[in-house]
Amino acid sequence: MNPNLLERVRARLASEGREAEFAHGLLALSLPRPALLDTVRLLKDEFGFDLFLDVTAVDWPGRDPRFDVVFHFYSTRDHVRVRLKTAVPEKDPVVDSLVPLYGSAAFMERECHDMYGIVFRGNDDLRPILLYEGFQGHPLRKDYPKEREQPLVRYRE
Amino acid sequence: MTGRADEPLRNPVRPAFDTPSTEDGVIVNIGPSHPATHGTLQIIAELSGEKVVRADVHCGYLHRGFEKECESHTWHTLIPYVDRLNYCSALINDFAYCDAVESLMGVEITPRTRYLRTLLSEYSRIADHMTCIAASVMELGAMTAFLYLMTIRDWIYEHLADLTGARVTHSYGRIGGLAHDLPEGWLDRLEEILDEYEEYVGRIHGLMDRNRIFIDRTRDVGVMSTEEAVHWGFTGPMLRSTGAARDLRRDTPYLAYAELDFEVPVGINGDNYDRYYVRMREMDESVHMIRQLVQMLPDGPINVDDRRCTFPEKPRVYTEIESLINHFKLVIDGPQVPAGEIYLAHEAPNGELGFYLVSDGTGTPHKVHVRAPSFVHMGGLHKLLEGYQLADVVSTFGTVNMIGGECDR
Repeated sequence: MNPNLLERVRARLASEGREAEFAHGLLALSLPRPALLDTVRLLKDEFGFDLFLDVTAVDWPGRDPRFDVVFHFYSTRDHVRVRLKTAVPEKDPVVDSLVPLYGSAAFMERECHDMYGIVFRGNDDLRPILLYEGFQGHPLRKDYPKEREQPLVRYRE
Repeated sequence: MTGRADEPLRNPVRPAFDTPSTEDGVIVNIGPSHPATHGTLQIIAELSGEKVVRADVHCGYLHRGFEKECESHTWHTLIPYVDRLNYCSALINDFAYCDAVESLMGVEITPRTRYLRTLLSEYSRIADHMTCIAASVMELGAMTAFLYLMTIRDWIYEHLADLTGARVTHSYGRIGGLAHDLPEGWLDRLEEILDEYEEYVGRIHGLMDRNRIFIDRTRDVGVMSTEEAVHWGFTGPMLRSTGAARDLRRDTPYLAYAELDFEVPVGINGDNYDRYYVRMREMDESVHMIRQLVQMLPDGPINVDDRRCTFPEKPRVYTEIESLINHFKLVIDGPQVPAGEIYLAHEAPNGELGFYLVSDGTGTPHKVHVRAPSFVHMGGLHKLLEGYQLADVVSTFGTVNMIGGECDR
């Protein structure tokens, strides 16, 4: 752990008018959607967050904007993590893709697109990855009923 | 759902390419159910002669809606689902998940549980690495090595069954502790198995390490540099085989790892041979850690004394109304986890196994997301296949150790 690094990141990013707090051993940042790509580039190039860990979304039905898109990054040099969070509305669930910066983002963005219907602008391969071609809807959205079935091969009568 | 018998079967995947890029190119489909691969994975490859030019990897054939299902269970009752992520080392999934929930609740586990979880994590790691090495060398024809490794692995499974009641998916972790304490004589049998392990793994070294056929098939096959591996999000033995000593047990110590003496073995080339050897060395380190932990293991309770997550003892449930209510509330409503979110990662045998949990303050998770190392590795698998022979696809895939349970969730 290198708490100084996270403190520096916080000082740098909080000065640009965003929320930043320490929670459970990592630095959690909330930022507006347009600032995402530049912030990630800054984290990668200036602060050494070279490992892209994860992207997923959280659905808050009834809230506007409805989705949080959550990214986690790790620094293999300093052994610390950063979480970035940005809110996107249901009508326009688009964020910038991180594929130009991290190869690993490609598959994980495909999964997030499968599950929540978040569109990653700049990732031109958003084919289904865990689901199959022609699957209707996005199963991890809270309004997708758990019991709904879409068998690829019809049931035997 | 409706459908007619004469309706053509829909293709579940759309290939990234369907015309060869060169004149002599051929596109072949490998999987999802191929006799030579363990794990349901589909690779659509363009070949030029026997060389793989491009590869398009598709996973998801084992997707069963794990994350969706978790949202309608209490924090406790989804532990058996968590087991089925990486089913070769189910205990590590259990403990990583429980650790994440406990951190969110602010529960600190007892010293005995802390050491026991560490010990059992390392024990599972041995079983997992053995499965991986056994399968990947068997795919190259090393049947003897496969049987030796499976012998030990099965002793480990039987031994864990003595402890937990199940061979593979143990469901042994509990929020705030463990299901129960060690049975009588368990640690004696552990030492016997570790001694046998050394004998058998010595034979594997003798059979494989300097075997001409094995070296020819694995050296300089599926090579990846550290920079590339980080770019593609690789962690665990995959990253360490490239020469980077990145191990969460050392870098961000959790459980009792800070008190243990161990090395982080690394490879040189990042090829299939290095992935084999790194796993072999990691098993030795795990044995070394287990022996230290047996010495350190303190006496004491295994479950925390916290009514938010620990069930009251049965005699009290039957005699006191408070304990009865407590029991019912824990079963029906589940442990009340304060609202918040957490990302917590353990070093699983395949790499960084992260749990991202979101709680809305009730007994049921709002969201459970798993950062599964196998899934991330699948995103970079094509880099390990392209430029090598078609026959190397299966052996490279074997050393990546893709586990469908955690990859497809």
